[in-house]
Amino acid sequence: MIELAGVSFRHDGAEHAVLRGVDLRIDEGELALVAGRTGSGKSTLLGMFNGLTPHFTGGTMTGNIVVGGRSVRDHAPRELADLVGYVGQDPLAGFVTDVVEDELAYGMEQLGIAPQTMRRRVEETLDLLGIADLRRRSVRSLSGGQQQRVAIGAVLTMHPRVLVLDEPTSALDPTAAEDVLATLARLVDDLGLTVVVAEHRMERVIPFADRLVIVENATVRSGDPREMLLTSPVAPPVVKLGRLLDWDPLPLSVREARRAARDLRLPDRVPATPPPAVPLLAARGVTVTYGKTIAVREVDIDVPAGRVVAMMGRNGSGKSSLLWALQGSGKRAAGRVEVDGRDPRDEPRGEARRLVGLVPQTAADLLYLETVGLECAAADQQAEVETGTCRDLLDRFAPGVPDDRHPRDLSEGQRLALVLAIVLTAAPRVVALDEPTRGLDYPGKRQLAATLRGLAADGRGIILATHDVEFVAAVADDALVLADGDVVSTGPAARVLAESPAFAPQVAKVLGPDWLTVDDVAEASA
Amino acid sequence: MTPRDLHPAAWWMWALGLTTAASSTINPFVLLLIILAVCLVVVARRTEAPWALSFRLYLYLAALVVVLRVMFRVVFGGADDTVVLFHLPSIPLPEVAAGIQLLGPVTRYDVVSGLYDGLRLATIILCVGAANTLANPKRLLKLLPSALYEAGTAVIVALSLFPQLAESVTRVRRARHLRGDAGRGVSAMRRIVVPVMEDALDRSLFLAAGMDARGYGRTGTATPAQRRVTGVFLLAGLIGLCIGVYGLLDHTTPRLLVWPMIGLGVLLAAGGFVSAGRRVARTRYRPDPWRLAEFVTVGCGVAAAVLVMTADIDIAYPALDVLPQLSVPVLLAVMIGVVPAFVTPPPVPAEELR
Repeated sequence: MIELAGVSFRHDGAEHAVLRGVDLRIDEGELALVAGRTGSGKSTLLGMFNGLTPHFTGGTMTGNIVVGGRSVRDHAPRELADLVGYVGQDPLAGFVTDVVEDELAYGMEQLGIAPQTMRRRVEETLDLLGIADLRRRSVRSLSGGQQQRVAIGAVLTMHPRVLVLDEPTSALDPTAAEDVLATLARLVDDLGLTVVVAEHRMERVIPFADRLVIVENATVRSGDPREMLLTSPVAPPVVKLGRLLDWDPLPLSVREARRAARDLRLPDRVPATPPPAVPLLAARGVTVTYGKTIAVREVDIDVPAGRVVAMMGRNGSGKSSLLWALQGSGKRAAGRVEVDGRDPRDEPRGEARRLVGLVPQTAADLLYLETVGLECAAADQQAEVETGTCRDLLDRFAPGVPDDRHPRDLSEGQRLALVLAIVLTAAPRVVALDEPTRGLDYPGKRQLAATLRGLAADGRGIILATHDVEFVAAVADDALVLADGDVVSTGPAARVLAESPAFAPQVAKVLGPDWLTVDDVAEASA
Repeated sequence: MTPRDLHPAAWWMWALGLTTAASSTINPFVLLLIILAVCLVVVARRTEAPWALSFRLYLYLAALVVVLRVMFRVVFGGADDTVVLFHLPSIPLPEVAAGIQLLGPVTRYDVVSGLYDGLRLATIILCVGAANTLANPKRLLKLLPSALYEAGTAVIVALSLFPQLAESVTRVRRARHLRGDAGRGVSAMRRIVVPVMEDALDRSLFLAAGMDARGYGRTGTATPAQRRVTGVFLLAGLIGLCIGVYGLLDHTTPRLLVWPMIGLGVLLAAGGFVSAGRRVARTRYRPDPWRLAEFVTVGCGVAAAVLVMTADIDIAYPALDVLPQLSVPVLLAVMIGVVPAFVTPPPVPAEELR
């Protein structure tokens, strides 16, 4: 169905090729999972299947790609629209119309499909994706998972033979992501589509993937998932666990891993005693309202010095509102927040950020200058500290970022480090982070976890809002779960995670609640 | 009647009819009645969609226009009338501005004519506002001929960009405080504009890629000869229209050049659109039907316009010193204007739209 022969691609003006001499074949009806580190060229590769690379992105491509008998070289993406359906990361950014039904019909209108056929296909697709009750809703009013399903439906109505999805769940909370991936699994079974998907929640896709495509060092290798995972640079925790314990065959799902772990004897684990809780930030009865909607309802929260507190919950459960309220610049309808006996809201802004520093969800909003050096200098000046403070912090979090680089050209992890350094230049007692792991790959997350533990060891209090269960397992001492503005579960991270099946990390699902991460097991068995 | 959305063009034609009626009279009672009619129809037939919630803004705007209009007349005065309502201290102006009087005596004519004028403008604003409230602007854009489809889509996308921009600005402003950045003036603007523009650019590129991948801008097959025909049609149509409009505005031009030229221009341009549209293979999903209710709505608008336009000159333009009168045809016009509130199908219930 898809055939790449000797394909190389280089961006205009770039020294190195993104992809070099790629040969790849994906057969009809296969589900291929594309994996690789952030920035390895996954998106470039996926874009090639419908000609977005290079027709839309620019750059130089050599070699040939044939999809369904049509050469991508001489067909623009729009002329391949009836053959390849392409779904991007952020569904909302890709919507053209504002009502679900119209969105589903948009692609068909472009193809000039007869009105009766359009009507029939819209109905079929609504049913197939289970979104029939949303047909007249505005796309903006939908939840993330619903939006992504609409985006998938919008390309399915064109009856493509290939479906390409670029990280379709990266902006979704775990439950919504499940929704979308379950839908995907059904499509493969029901429609016999050829599906190519890049997905960082690999464990959800691997069980029904026919082929794993690994993008690494500008080359591509592909093959049977089980074999490929033995050496893959990115792998879900169950697979890592299997690799660590030399399980054969390598487990691909939690279920397989449980079976393999039946005879496993691990030493009893003594959970590390967390540092004593020295109260630092104490919030009582915090309530945030927007008009009549209550975003956060009378929440009590403590962030002790030297500890990392993780806050979880689905999209829209009030996590961000709470963080902004704690920082003092967000709305707060009622309640008290105290850091060292002072309420950040009552302090002038310059003073409030010395109490609580916040790294917002779109961290890049804080950046506006041309180079890293200028950003650091501005941060020193704004915080009225010695010149070079911010740069030192940046070197601690992400060594070797050149001063003359434009912030937009940094990797996701480096950019986050820069924003964190800017926030920490004011030396806040408490650091709050909103979804810091978005866009980070496994090594990036590991680096961030080390940074946060280091900050906690300095005696700062850390509070972060995240969907990333595995990250919480690796970094947090305490955890709380928000739902509909209320705290529904709170306590030591290990207990909170183990209590709920939706939040349990994979290793805990396999080995029981004492074990949270692969590193725990590695330490114990070493 | 089964609930459905009336064809947007029907609402616009009805509103334009009432606008025409309003602009051919200064009789305050007629104008007030037209306003009442418009409000009644809006209340009866508007939906809960975002664009339908803006009617209140039009009402504020209309009230503001009336007040401003009267105030202008009070400030600049100038109407010859024996009845002086009250005196304001006059501000002497330099020679250059001779003939303009600031403040000074305020006469009855000043106030009354300001009121009539303002009321007329307010009525026109409300008519347009009603059309905007009742008809989904995006569906209206969809009615463009298929040769203009691409431009129409671009406009739709641009319209949806504004709420996003507003949201970006709020987000970036909040983020700025986190840096302890209290700067003001040009440099502070830049700190908001740069991230917002970057954000907008990213989104537009993403959207453009998505639209391209979904077949936007697919061209059918057109031979060079067909393209030339289209070009000639459109150019000739444009020239015809230009000559016609020039003739309309310059009264020394032979009358023969005016309407025949405009007509010819429109015909040629339409031919060009048809020819251009033929090469585009595109269909429309669930187009709004045009049924009896649409005909009736448009008819009501036209009838109201004709009745007011042909009304007695004493009724349409009453003298400033007598109480304006009403006549049967004018009352009939307003009553006809209200008819769409009852004969059109009700909009689809809100709980389904959300």
